[in-house]
Amino acid sequence: MNWESPAAFFAMGGYALYVWGSFGACAILLIMEPMLAVKRRTSILRSLRRERLAETLENP
Amino acid sequence: MNNSHKIIHWFKYASPQSFYPLAGKLIPWFWALAAVFAGIGLWITFFAAPTDAQQGEGYRIIFIHVPAAWMSMFIYMVMAAWAGLGLALNTRLSGMMAQALAPTGAIMAFLSLWTGALWGKPMWGAWWVWDARLTSALILFFLYIGFIALQAAIDDPRRADKAGAILALVGVVNVPIIYFSVKWWNTLHQGASVSLMKAPTMAATMLWGMLIMSLAFWMYSIAVALTRVRAIILEREAHTEWVKELAEVKGVTP
Repeated sequence: MNWESPAAFFAMGGYALYVWGSFGACAILLIMEPMLAVKRRTSILRSLRRERLAETLENP
Repeated sequence: MNNSHKIIHWFKYASPQSFYPLAGKLIPWFWALAAVFAGIGLWITFFAAPTDAQQGEGYRIIFIHVPAAWMSMFIYMVMAAWAGLGLALNTRLSGMMAQALAPTGAIMAFLSLWTGALWGKPMWGAWWVWDARLTSALILFFLYIGFIALQAAIDDPRRADKAGAILALVGVVNVPIIYFSVKWWNTLHQGASVSLMKAPTMAATMLWGMLIMSLAFWMYSIAVALTRVRAIILEREAHTEWVKELAEVKGVTP
């Protein structure tokens, strides 16, 4: 452990803007990207299910 | 005989129909590995790695800057290889794989530029310089954007794959330019810290941190690309019988 206090950790020796700006952007993008990929699959699945329902209603 | 059996086995997974469930089974494992490596990697980044003598705490950006930059180049090579395979063999899955990798590669390229700017400002005094390494990395980002935009502009997916493949293959020339730019030109950017040819020029803890973070990025990229390729397979194969017979489409199980 090389931090004297939580405040020292967040201050990053005066480089807080640069370090947290880097790690923050990284965290945001790498959390959003999988969410969008999952959403893309659920939305195509929803439309496939709707299509299937329409087909069964047309030809019972 | 044994050999031909193996070939058939591999071609089996080259069809979207058999790759779709396989990818579904693999995804949770890659997420788990990504989480484990990210946990260890972040612990090394912030707690195990000592303060740098010259750069203080600011150097800790290296633990995401280098893995993102490596992945941006590596994903490009894999994407171009899939695209080229699709062009040569006309296999359906290849184009889908290339399309699934492009956004992840673009994000990695963006992160390498972003973290590079945030590291450059305190250490060099500039967010950006038009130097060989930075400029070629920016071109890589534009190549990803160009690939995505070109594919989106063409309605027929097979034609989009072909056009994208040519762009991707021509763009491969940029990858060695990025990698060797620090050797070929006088640049502000430091040389490679890790190389296969010689011993690394950094402390063991830092090296391990960087390698483990790279593994985390690697596992993440595989997991997210497989998730996206499953969506692309469903989109493109929407009117095939096997998609209509899938449990998640029939609504038998969620």
